[in-house]
Amino acid sequence: MKRFWKQGIEFEMIKIFKKYENSIYSFTAILLAFLVGSILIHLSGFSVIKAYSALFDGAFGNVFNLTQTLMNTIPLIFTGLAVAIGFKSGLFNIGGEGQMYLGAFATAIATIYLSFLPVYILIPLVLIIGGLAGSAWGFVPGYLKAKTGAHEVVTTIMMNYIGILITSYLLLKYFKEEGPIPQTALIPESARLPELVEYSRLTWAIFIAVFVIIIIDIFFKRTELGYKIQTVGENRSAAEYAGINSNKMMVLSMMISGFVAGLAGSTIVMGVLHRFITNFSPGYGFTGIAVAVLGKNKPWGVLFAAILFGALQTGGITMQLFAKIPMDLIVIIQGLVILFVAAPILIKKLLRK
Amino acid sequence: MNIIEFKSIIKKFGDFIANDKIDLIIKKGEIHCLLGENGAGKTTLMNILFGLYKPEEGKIFLREKPCKINNPHKAIELGLGMIHQHFMLIDRLTTTENIIVGEEPLKNGLVDMKKAREQVKQISDNYHLAIKIDEKIENISVGEQQRVEILKVLFRKAEILIFDEPTAVLTPQEVNNLFTTLRELKAGGKTIIFITHKLEETMNISDRVTVLRKGKVISTVNTCDTSPKKLARMMVGREVLLNVNKEKGDLGDKVLEVKDLSLIGKHKNIILKNINISIRKGEIVGLAGVSGNGQLELEECLTGLRKVTSGKIILGGDEITHTPTRIRRKKGFSHIPSDCLKRGLVSTYDLTKNIILGNQDSFTKNGFLQQNDINEYCKEVIEKFDVRCQSLNESVNNLSGGNQQKLVIGRELSTNPKFILAAQPTRGVDVGAIEFIHNNILKMRKQKKAILLISAELEELLSLADRILVIYEGKIVSEKNNYTKEELGLLMAGKKASDEEILETGNRIRND
Repeated sequence: MKRFWKQGIEFEMIKIFKKYENSIYSFTAILLAFLVGSILIHLSGFSVIKAYSALFDGAFGNVFNLTQTLMNTIPLIFTGLAVAIGFKSGLFNIGGEGQMYLGAFATAIATIYLSFLPVYILIPLVLIIGGLAGSAWGFVPGYLKAKTGAHEVVTTIMMNYIGILITSYLLLKYFKEEGPIPQTALIPESARLPELVEYSRLTWAIFIAVFVIIIIDIFFKRTELGYKIQTVGENRSAAEYAGINSNKMMVLSMMISGFVAGLAGSTIVMGVLHRFITNFSPGYGFTGIAVAVLGKNKPWGVLFAAILFGALQTGGITMQLFAKIPMDLIVIIQGLVILFVAAPILIKKLLRK
Repeated sequence: MNIIEFKSIIKKFGDFIANDKIDLIIKKGEIHCLLGENGAGKTTLMNILFGLYKPEEGKIFLREKPCKINNPHKAIELGLGMIHQHFMLIDRLTTTENIIVGEEPLKNGLVDMKKAREQVKQISDNYHLAIKIDEKIENISVGEQQRVEILKVLFRKAEILIFDEPTAVLTPQEVNNLFTTLRELKAGGKTIIFITHKLEETMNISDRVTVLRKGKVISTVNTCDTSPKKLARMMVGREVLLNVNKEKGDLGDKVLEVKDLSLIGKHKNIILKNINISIRKGEIVGLAGVSGNGQLELEECLTGLRKVTSGKIILGGDEITHTPTRIRRKKGFSHIPSDCLKRGLVSTYDLTKNIILGNQDSFTKNGFLQQNDINEYCKEVIEKFDVRCQSLNESVNNLSGGNQQKLVIGRELSTNPKFILAAQPTRGVDVGAIEFIHNNILKMRKQKKAILLISAELEELLSLADRILVIYEGKIVSEKNNYTKEELGLLMAGKKASDEEILETGNRIRND
């Protein structure tokens, strides 16, 4: 009887474990990354406790730091989601960076011409314009993949270069504000997203980001189109045999992906920079890949992964300032997280023990 | 001598007991069949023997000495060799390169290809395993690939050869060749373990048979003391009808017509040539052929996944030659794909998502999937088609092969189709499920559906089809109502069946 009972508990535990398997692996990966990171800190002659407390303090220590973390999180949510959406149809969209630049540029320019509109029309409209610009940038690789079989990894990377440079070119040629910095004029007040906390740059964009997460989550769980896109990603020939047009689904998923990446740019322009500046991104589009990997391509997983990466980014600056530990270490920890996430077998073995 | 002895082997996967106290003795120099349905634990047991799985309990004695086999490397060292169902060959390398890989004869640190070739040649001559020594794997037939697999194992000096369902991919003629090889290996002193779920083969080739069911050994018997009927009963645990009864039905209007369909490949090669098929209501037309003779391409042409070069396809009076797959399905085209796992199922999805696949728009309102309707419908399908599962939300991966197949068949037959394209509907499925699938196909015939049955199983074709076409190298070479087994086998192999030859093969098969 006792043995039976014990088995019952074990069974329940296995069930719970199965349910949260992905999250458990991700958290273990993060812990391991910090563990290895602490060894590196120690070997470099710094205090591990000091370093990590500075990191934590910098990311979450007070309201201002928290707002900074969240501000850094927002674009990562969008770019991470964009990559995850691509993955759902089996495509590896590395073009988030370029799609984001297009979104940012389109939004910045649109606000200048549409400033006469009332706020409640202007803001959604320029967001959509930014999204559509990103979407157009996602469409090209999707279309090339469907029509010619050109590999999306190659084409999206190329589209990044084109996107970043073409926005610079258009800016310099037509929209540059007078002065030494290559940037557009400030966007009108009415197009700026309201601040959540005074004197911080954390704006309503965070709600937009969470809203988009909810939409994407529902899209893939509940809608027919979401189902069809995922089926193509999971088993393309089964999808085709079932009469699903896989080419169309791939193009559509790249467009949705590009739309969301475009929003990353729009919200930066409308919430943080209030203008388009060349080379404004520290690589949000690329970090988005890591975010999607850590978030296991699940919309809510992307949220948590984006917060982690946002916190590392923000806390890292404090760590550098006060603990004098170079920012590079943060990059190493980010890399380690991905390394451990990408090696689930390693973690499985560790957990079995 | 007992070359292998399993003593109360227990292997569990989570709660599932794959091997439940298995006791089994393999004698030196025998051909021993492990017979059982899919999921009976045959392959698991062999994977334990080969060091791929670790048993929870139990011991293995090799040559009457206890031994621990922790990995395949050790198993090979101990003289074990496994020929997998899915070949482990590298397409771009030559046969010789594939055989020696990992055990290359060296000369000054480089691979000594000359010596390798000689060695391979010698083994291949010894056992009459004819292969082209310098041909790339991608250019040789499936039967020849299997011979390469066998040579690979012999090259590693295996004494005990394990064959995992080796005939699943072979033509009837290739099966005969394989059996000759097995007998020769046996004569050469090798021990052979033969995993299968086919009764005929077991009767034909083995010295002794061990039947497994649900992870347990049911019985080990001498082949000469048993019969297919007895074996089937042990395997399934109940009486099985090996032949289905078919009533004569009246034929109705033409449902599907294929007119002069031709398909030319990328390199101007002829894949299908002037295919003409017409199927009436309530008729099962069999398309017999060894796989790789254009069936898959025909399947894809009919489904709409491949553009035909010329010719017409007509379904229920409408031409659908250039209609997309989705519309064809809407018009009452149902399709059980030949490789269900690859083309019919999404292995990462749960049962419900797999059951609505291809029919998802019937459950959509304003773009949203209606989960309640879906669940209800899926429950019905699962019940009606006896898909054994724990819940609707479990992954389709958890189902056994037979149940996966039943699920696809249930999905395709539940949409009230006009025409059913059933391609290899019982491939890799166990006896119990085969019976069930055959009965369902006949039920559809009774309901006046038109059915095209593409199959390589002679018995299946002969017992189900009203009329059989034989396809060979993309052409229909024969069409008749009644064939003998021998006749059909020969036609499938591309031979013109003259009466004399039929008589001859008939005798040979009987003598075997």
